[in-house]
Amino acid sequence: MEYQNLFTQVQVVGPIHEGIPLDRYDRRNRIGKPFLFHLMGRIGNAQIGPIYLGWLGIASLFFGTIAIQIMGWNMLASVNWSPIQFVKQFFWLSLDPPNPKYGLKLFMPLAEGGWWMMAGFFLTLAILLWWLRTYRRAVALGLGTHVAWGFLAAIWLFLVLGFLRPLLMGSWSEGVPFGIFSHLDWTAAFSLRYGNLFYNPFHMLSIAFLYGSVLLFAMHAGTILAVSRFGGEREIEQIVDRGTASERAALFWRWTMGFNATMESIHRWAWWFAVLTPLVGGIGILLTGTVVDNWYLWAVKHHVAPTYPNVFGGITVDPAATFVAPPPPVPQIPMQGMKP
Amino acid sequence: MAMLSFERKYRIRGGTLIGGDLFDFWVGPFYVGFFGVTTAFFAFLGTAMILWGASQGPTWNLWQINIAPPDLKYGLHFAPLMEGGLWQLITICALGAFGSWALREIEICRKLGMGLHVPFAFLMAVFAYFTLVVIRPVLMGAWGHGFPYGILSHLDWVSNTGYQYLHFHYNPAHMIAVTLFFTTTLALCMHGGLVLSSTNPQKGQPVKTPEHEDTFFRDFIGYSVGTLGIHRLGLFLALAAVFWSAVCIVISGPFWTRGWPEWWGWWLNLPIWR
Repeated sequence: MEYQNLFTQVQVVGPIHEGIPLDRYDRRNRIGKPFLFHLMGRIGNAQIGPIYLGWLGIASLFFGTIAIQIMGWNMLASVNWSPIQFVKQFFWLSLDPPNPKYGLKLFMPLAEGGWWMMAGFFLTLAILLWWLRTYRRAVALGLGTHVAWGFLAAIWLFLVLGFLRPLLMGSWSEGVPFGIFSHLDWTAAFSLRYGNLFYNPFHMLSIAFLYGSVLLFAMHAGTILAVSRFGGEREIEQIVDRGTASERAALFWRWTMGFNATMESIHRWAWWFAVLTPLVGGIGILLTGTVVDNWYLWAVKHHVAPTYPNVFGGITVDPAATFVAPPPPVPQIPMQGMKP
Repeated sequence: MAMLSFERKYRIRGGTLIGGDLFDFWVGPFYVGFFGVTTAFFAFLGTAMILWGASQGPTWNLWQINIAPPDLKYGLHFAPLMEGGLWQLITICALGAFGSWALREIEICRKLGMGLHVPFAFLMAVFAYFTLVVIRPVLMGAWGHGFPYGILSHLDWVSNTGYQYLHFHYNPAHMIAVTLFFTTTLALCMHGGLVLSSTNPQKGQPVKTPEHEDTFFRDFIGYSVGTLGIHRLGLFLALAAVFWSAVCIVISGPFWTRGWPEWWGWWLNLPIWR
């Protein structure tokens, strides 16, 4: 069997590439002395760096660091400042969103969600600044801004989970906790509370696009590697001036399944599948609890899910429909600044 | 007929795995080949059995049609046709069709002088399916542990199987698989976006080069894996996602029977802090 080009066997070491020249003002922000790392070169480019750190990048890293610091120090405080317990319990530790009683208030005691609000705020700020940077780096090089818009699709899902849905639900407590197991617990509880997210059609679509993305990448990457002996990885060249690599790649799929993309259109398929994953997922989350309270009952109503045999005896009414909120607790402690 | 402008010179006989030039021809855009015939055989037979099974079921609602595996009481034996036997035959047909399809892909690769990455990748997906409907049921001792063939019914199976282990997100292999699924999608978005941004540059500008792509990613995150590297990375991420999915289900039951949150006890009980 011929070699399948899984690793670079003979590394060509040329001069370091400093990057496409930027204008004089911008050039100062491209920092770090590039160097070669042999092991990386076995798979891809050996060159590491330089990186462009303008004020957007620095500000983004700064606020991102603050957010991570808030999460980390809160977790450390939760184990009574014991570094050993911090490592031992790290997966279980969590910085939780505010208590429901604070609703959409912007300020609350730090230990009752204030830290979560600050961590979320700084994290969002860092991500939005990083987005601006993605956009501006593309424009500075004369490239299209496709990567930035793809990134925005992921930001949309992030904002739905931590900001937009809590806003519509009227409480920051609906947000997702920061923590390894705690965010998984949140996900499971969220699904159970709203009648199993598997019955949410937007969740179905999002999963289909997620699996579809992985399928597409396996198909595309496999095809390109398979025609790399004909220079198939030089995709831009193949797009503007079709060569035998493109022709064989196209014919492989045409002969296999009767249909083929082109060297350019496969990247449009790829971009859309990847973008639609968080896009429709975010729609599904945003509708949950705001428009639809129980996805199972929704699916039965619309003849998607069957009505299951009543083996457990009468769980036909959605518990949330008959839920009566308990009376609000009587305040025990007088408000700050008020004389008792 | 149904040929691309450059296609004729590639349509050369030969390169088949068995049977000489038996079925070595094209129908419309499709290559046939010996394994095309076996694919069609299994695919038609399996689809026909699904349709027949649906006709014997209570509904023609596309979402709710369900072909269930046998009851657990049948263990690893054949079940009566309407009590899961149909599921068993459909599973055999599916595996026959998938295997034939992979072999047909190999023949097409050989005809086109291509590497075998795509059939290998496809076989990874077949392996995951095989794990779900054969390896795990055999390890658990009953075909009834396979998943049902139906749109909503397979979702219910995933949900129920997950909750049998209390909280499936705590399954470490599931964590790895989900992370790989998300990472693959992220990488796909960045790759697709980058190529499109080079070939669809700012208004009035010429098409960009791989040097622009490398520069963008170095400016962006300090490293660009390169045009060849991204396809190696993408194929690895995608295959790893599928592989770990297979692992996460095959260890649930045969290896670990309790709730997955409990599995993490070994970490809390490490001698270093016990």
